[in-house]
Amino acid sequence: MSVDLGGIRMKNPVMTASGTFGYGPEYADLIDLNALGAIVVKGISLHPVKGNPPPRTVETASGLINAIGLQNPGVDGFIREYVPFLRRFDTPVIVNIWGRTIEEYEQVAERFDATDGIAGLEINVSCPNIKEGSCMFSSNIEMFRRVVAAVRRKTKRPMIPKLAPDHAHIADFAKAAEACGADAISLINTLPAMAIDAETRRPILGNKTGGLSGPAIKPVAVKQVWDAARAVRIPVVGIGGIYSATDALEFIIAGATAVAVGTANFTQPSTALEVVEGLRSYLARHNLASVRDLVGSLQT
Amino acid sequence: MKLEEARVLDHREIGGGYRLLKLAAPAISPAVQPGQFVHVRVPHYETALLRRPFSVYKTEGSSLSILYKNVGRGTATLTHLQPGDSISLLGPLGHGFPEPAAEHVPVLVAGGYGMAALYLLARNATQKGVAFFGGRSAQDILCADEFTGLGWDLHTATEDGTSGYKGLVTEPLDAWLSAEGKDRTPEFFACGPNGMLQAVGERAIRGGWKAWLSMDRNMGCGVGACLTCVQKIRQEEGSWQWKRCCKEGPVFEAREIVWDEDVEAGNSKPASTPNAPVKM
Ligand SMILES: Cc1cc2nc3c(=O)[nH]c(=O)nc-3n(C[C@H](O)[C@H](O)[C@H](O)COP(=O)(O)OP(=O)(O)OC[C@H]3O[C@@H](n4cnc5c(N)ncnc54)[C@H](O)[C@@H]3O)c2cc1C
Ligand SMILES: Cc1cc2nc3c(=O)[nH]c(=O)nc-3n(C[C@H](O)[C@H](O)[C@H](O)COP(=O)(O)O)c2cc1C
Ligand code: FES
Repeated sequence: MSVDLGGIRMKNPVMTASGTFGYGPEYADLIDLNALGAIVVKGISLHPVKGNPPPRTVETASGLINAIGLQNPGVDGFIREYVPFLRRFDTPVIVNIWGRTIEEYEQVAERFDATDGIAGLEINVSCPNIKEGSCMFSSNIEMFRRVVAAVRRKTKRPMIPKLAPDHAHIADFAKAAEACGADAISLINTLPAMAIDAETRRPILGNKTGGLSGPAIKPVAVKQVWDAARAVRIPVVGIGGIYSATDALEFIIAGATAVAVGTANFTQPSTALEVVEGLRSYLARHNLASVRDLVGSLQT
Repeated sequence: MKLEEARVLDHREIGGGYRLLKLAAPAISPAVQPGQFVHVRVPHYETALLRRPFSVYKTEGSSLSILYKNVGRGTATLTHLQPGDSISLLGPLGHGFPEPAAEHVPVLVAGGYGMAALYLLARNATQKGVAFFGGRSAQDILCADEFTGLGWDLHTATEDGTSGYKGLVTEPLDAWLSAEGKDRTPEFFACGPNGMLQAVGERAIRGGWKAWLSMDRNMGCGVGACLTCVQKIRQEEGSWQWKRCCKEGPVFEAREIVWDEDVEAGNSKPASTPNAPVKM
């Protein structure tokens, strides 16, 4: 079941998606963190951030729109409050980082490079919930290259840029990440979305708009992973609406080396572990020695 | 905190549009503290990704009950549950009510499901006090006998006057406070609509008393991971911080709460505050 994600050795290919698993302790009573392939923590920035006014999430058919606004305790707060806890587990910890400027990305990366117990960095260039900063990094390929290259210069740890869903150019972004020294890429982040209360004619979210996640986005995510994985040689993490081993298999067959479980943690906290078990029985049923034999095995 | 497949033991209508759902939940029930809640995955409603939070009304050994009202698709789907069905629970969750201070008179104030949320506190309290329940009409006053049976002095208020005082629950409360509040120090425990909570909080702050208010916020994960359920909590020197209603709450002391327009308007409605992202 083990996989190598650009230098991060994982005992299985199932990780948690950033922002859906807190910083680790939140789910530790419910599931064995040692049974996960990796833990990806919620996005961390240089300084603490308060985030958006409520309502911050709204449920839609098979989906969830969130506009948390990247609330986080900042690098120092995270290192002080959570890293000692996370170090107790035998599971790689990947920190999701973001900044409002390239300098902020660099500073956060540098701080984590000097911190023990961090297996890798996922670079969030694609969150739809902040207006300046990251957004332009995800929609403009030049800016995207600059951020990825800048972080690369500041960290020796495995670096995983996280791509925004982009129908037209996903392969270009994937190639740009690889060319700038990324060790892996992850995709997709949430899709820009909105829900309106017809009675009051107001947006439901405090931030008006947000990002859609959950089963509603899975077919989009599978296609994007398929397109991105064919464009690069570095490993791909497939994310988007994974609720079962069958969902995870779609991503793996499309080319993902690992997968991340996101919104499903809210619905059923045991999902990630059920996906691990389901993958194991699929391998047995199909007489496969390793998940690696399945990666990108789509028959066309 | 446990994830448990509970079994439906009993499910019945109790009037006022409320239903009593009794579940066998041996892992969760014995651990429940007053004011805590369970996060329920609605069976047969697969397009809904979020669980629904419900206060624990009663615990009896390995079983627990919730009182709920059909207000939307999730609660409507719950009404179909039959004895023997199974349902996924996450709980007990949240930081509930503190134990009433022995030197004060505990005063309960509730509307709607708030009456259910206060039952365990009423049952566990060594000293019985006064309860003020409000609603639209007599059938909205839930489980009144349960409280009087425990020895609480119950006062009711209804908008249509079908039970107790005709008007808002704060009126008999004020009458009681001016009659009794001089000699005895009340300590409030409240759960209900935001307007009611705010009114109770104001009285407590004015009188120099404590008020423990249970906040109703939309929830995502229920365990502190998603940051959906945040409430503004006062810090020193006029600053504030978000606290999670599912983790540090749902119960906060009145002085801690920063009341926003969006909270007053009711959290299931869109925020009426300017929609700009909060400045750091
Ligand atoms: C700590 C806590 C304890 C609660 N205890 C009880 C209880 O004991 N009895 C009871 O009847 N109700 C209780 N509620 C309210 C209950 O959670 C909602 O009525 C329920 O979630 C509505 O779901 P729905 O699918 O029927 O409504 P919909 O309107 O279809 O739900 C859509 C979304 O909005 C959320 N939502 C809607 N109304 C509320 C609300 N008032 N509070 C929080 N989220 C809401 C839902 O959870 C869901 O995510 C409690 C809420 C909280 C936060
Ligand atoms: C509440 C919430 C918060 C999120 N926060 C972050 C974040 O801080 N950084 C990030 O890169 N992605 C964040 N995401 C996106 C997820 O990591 C994931 O890419 C997306 O939700 C799609 O996967 P899913 O459908 O399995 O949830 C968040 C998603 C949700 C639902
Ligand atoms: S509901 Fe997720 S943090 Fe409270």
